[in-house]
Amino acid sequence: MNFSELFKLTSLLSRFSPNGKCLVWSLEQPDWHCKIDEGSAGLVASCWSPDGRHILNTTEFHLRITVWSLCTKSVSYIKYPKACQQGIAFTKDGRYMAVAERRDCKDFVSIFVCSDWQLLRHFDTETQDLFGIEWAPNGCVLAVWDTCLEYKILLYSLDGRLLSTYRAYEWSLGIKSIAWSPSSQFLAIGSYDEKVRILNHVTWKKITEFEHPTTIANTKTIVYKEVEKSPSAETETLSFPPSRASASSWFSMQSKYDISQVPVSLHHIKPVADRANPKIGVGMLAFSADNCFLATKNDNIPNAVWIWDIQKLKLFVVLEQLSAIQSFQWDPRQPRLALCTGNSKVYLWSPAGCVSVQVPMEGDFQIVSLSWHSSGDSMALLSKDNFCVCYLEREEVK
Amino acid sequence: MGDWKTVTVPVLPSDGKNIFQYTSERRISSPGMNSQVLRLPLPSSKSMHTFFSAFCTEENIEQSLSYLDRELTTLGFPSIFAEPRGRELNLISVINCMNELLVLQHKNLRAQEEVEMQHLKLGSDMDHLQNCYAKLKEQLELSKREIVGLQERDRQLQTKNRNLHQLLKNEKDEVQKLQNIISSRATQYNHDMKRKEREYNKLKERLHQLVMNKKDKKIAMEVLNYVGRADGKRGAWRTDKTEARNEEEMYKVLLSDFEQRQKQLLVENAELKKVLQQMKKEIISLLPPQKQKPKERSEDGPVLSDLEEDIGELNKENMWELSCETVREQLTNSIRKQWRMLKNHVEKLDNQVSRVHSGALNDKDVISREDHELETEKLELEIQQCKEMIKTQQQLLQQQLMSPCDDDTTLLLQDCYLLEEKERLQEEWRLFREQKKNFEKERRSFTEAAIRLGLERKAFEEDRGAWLKQQFLSMSTDYKHSESVTTPSAFLGSPDQDNRLAKSASRQRKPHCLSSPLSAESWQQTPQSITNNSAASTPPARDSKPNQWEESEGEETE
Repeated sequence: MNFSELFKLTSLLSRFSPNGKCLVWSLEQPDWHCKIDEGSAGLVASCWSPDGRHILNTTEFHLRITVWSLCTKSVSYIKYPKACQQGIAFTKDGRYMAVAERRDCKDFVSIFVCSDWQLLRHFDTETQDLFGIEWAPNGCVLAVWDTCLEYKILLYSLDGRLLSTYRAYEWSLGIKSIAWSPSSQFLAIGSYDEKVRILNHVTWKKITEFEHPTTIANTKTIVYKEVEKSPSAETETLSFPPSRASASSWFSMQSKYDISQVPVSLHHIKPVADRANPKIGVGMLAFSADNCFLATKNDNIPNAVWIWDIQKLKLFVVLEQLSAIQSFQWDPRQPRLALCTGNSKVYLWSPAGCVSVQVPMEGDFQIVSLSWHSSGDSMALLSKDNFCVCYLEREEVK
Repeated sequence: MGDWKTVTVPVLPSDGKNIFQYTSERRISSPGMNSQVLRLPLPSSKSMHTFFSAFCTEENIEQSLSYLDRELTTLGFPSIFAEPRGRELNLISVINCMNELLVLQHKNLRAQEEVEMQHLKLGSDMDHLQNCYAKLKEQLELSKREIVGLQERDRQLQTKNRNLHQLLKNEKDEVQKLQNIISSRATQYNHDMKRKEREYNKLKERLHQLVMNKKDKKIAMEVLNYVGRADGKRGAWRTDKTEARNEEEMYKVLLSDFEQRQKQLLVENAELKKVLQQMKKEIISLLPPQKQKPKERSEDGPVLSDLEEDIGELNKENMWELSCETVREQLTNSIRKQWRMLKNHVEKLDNQVSRVHSGALNDKDVISREDHELETEKLELEIQQCKEMIKTQQQLLQQQLMSPCDDDTTLLLQDCYLLEEKERLQEEWRLFREQKKNFEKERRSFTEAAIRLGLERKAFEEDRGAWLKQQFLSMSTDYKHSESVTTPSAFLGSPDQDNRLAKSASRQRKPHCLSSPLSAESWQQTPQSITNNSAASTPPARDSKPNQWEESEGEETE
């Protein structure tokens, strides 16, 4: 299920089914709908274009990408798309789209102009097996990184010139995830050796690396630990038969944050060495919207979120949860991080402190991902089958 | 210890004298081993006697005498016979010889003692040296053994080191080998992957063809109505123009990004240059101005002056706006130079300070510290004293204020602090009153005088009036005689007199002055006017007088 950008006036919903049919609804005009049938090509993924009027469907086996236009009812095809995690990337202003392709065992990147889907540039990349592409927020640099067998990240300019290549080491497993800072000044690369390396946009050289050890010894770091607190049993308010809401709140444990004293030893797991895609290394990276903080997660310390202060290039806060972190996302307006760990609570952190919020839902509601609204006032909490929208009250500034 | 000379002196026959015979034994002592103290026991007189009598008996007196004589003469003593070949014993010479022999014997004994002493000393020295030698030999042995042990250990460590190096090399070789294996395997896998991928691509192509063939029938999009474009325009055909336009747009985007970055960099650069300039100025100001030796100055002089000139010029030209190579270099070079100078200066100062700490100025420090301590002690003492004084004063004050006393004393003590002042004040009051009295007396006398004067004047005026009348009368008869020059002068004299009088009695002056010119002018009207004036003058005087002297006797005025 995809959402078109919610700030667009015409908000459209789409849903696709595995046998190749794609259904589009409009949120504003409930009676408007559209059905796209890919037929025997099948559908693997579908995404909106940034202007909200085109749908890009990726067929099965990544045979092609079909661009359906809702304004002209026309169809375009992009051949040989690359079957990788992040094969399509749009620039922030929505003008250009980069598509990763693979022909004859070589990787290519095609840059299209989104207004008329004209091919602008097509160039090959020096990667063994391209794993992902991502635009910098200023839309001028495209980061292309290689498979995890090879630590290699290439930076291309908008017109297809190679600006720089960065390799940190050889032979060991390489890049796991990357993140651009909102000002395009920094590129954070998280790798399987549990480190994050930060490159600067002037020289494309590493300026620092952040380590994720299992023991935190620095006294300047604040460690918040989630602890359970037993709910107070108020016997007066008990009612018979107990209502569903109260029942659920009984059985779910309240939790709060405590500050642990350094040195703190975090719960870590030892990944199985002979399996592919081990749960080790920095798998999630995100910069805050004001470019001040970077949140990372080291996959072999699955319960902790590490928040780094970018101004000082040091570790600022570690949040240790009771269960493994599923996802986190920064508020698009303020330095506020929301994270979820698969239970029915959403956790918020800001430099002022952190809080754990219980979602008042009936039954089991296990939040696996969340998404902020662009205004920063609300966020959507998604579980497997349901989702709920959470509104945050804004404090009146006197 | 060498050989000892033996002297065996044969015994002289005695005339009842006991002659002791001293014999010495010959000793050959081996060096350093058994040295024995030579001590001769004095033989007992009896044995001596028999021993002594062994040499000379009654039979061989003459022989023994001649033998003795021969021996003595060979030893350098005078002969014992009276004449050279006679038989008579020269007793004196015999006694002398005996005495000489005794003296010699004493001397020999002393020498022997000394030698024995030395022998002892040398023996103990030898013992000591032998002990030292033994100890040193032991130590030498020990050190030799130690050295051997250490050498052994060193050898072992070296072998270990070599082994470790070897291991390290082996490990490195293994690592290299493994890396080579990995790379070769990687290439193999890549090759295999590529092969598989090509197969897969072929399959995909095949599938794609199949799918595309069925495209017309199945793939379709059903839309209720078209959605307008995002920017509201209509769609356009894709042409070369659009392509060119797209390229242009892309380059524009890139250029704007570059320009923005360049602007930022320029701003940063300008800031840094400003900071450098400031730093340079501050460094120059920190450095001592003319500490440079002439030699240095001559070395750096031209360079510095050039630099200074250039920098001066450039400063005028807003050098931070220029960014050409030479300007940049100059700035950095000049800063480096200044910094080096500053560093040298600081190092010099450091050396000076360290020398001061460790050098001969130590004593000064010590002395000054002592002085300082003395001073502080003195000051502390002073402080103590002052404190005590304050305390005592406070106590006294409190006592004064709070001590219970009887009425008389309280009365006495009331205002006791101000007693002196009170007395002074009273004294002054007394003086003041006296003076006042005096003044009043004087005033009274003055008023009396003034009144008298007024009366006199009145009388005088009357006289004058009468005289003038007479004059007029005489003038009318005798015009030539009417030169009353005297009157104005006399008249003028009176205002002065009046003035003088008026000065002593202050307020009267004014009316008198007024009256006098009036009267001087109008002397023709004189009789009446004068009388009027005088009358006028006196009443005001009269009036004023009581005003002035109201407190005193008003009855004095008329």
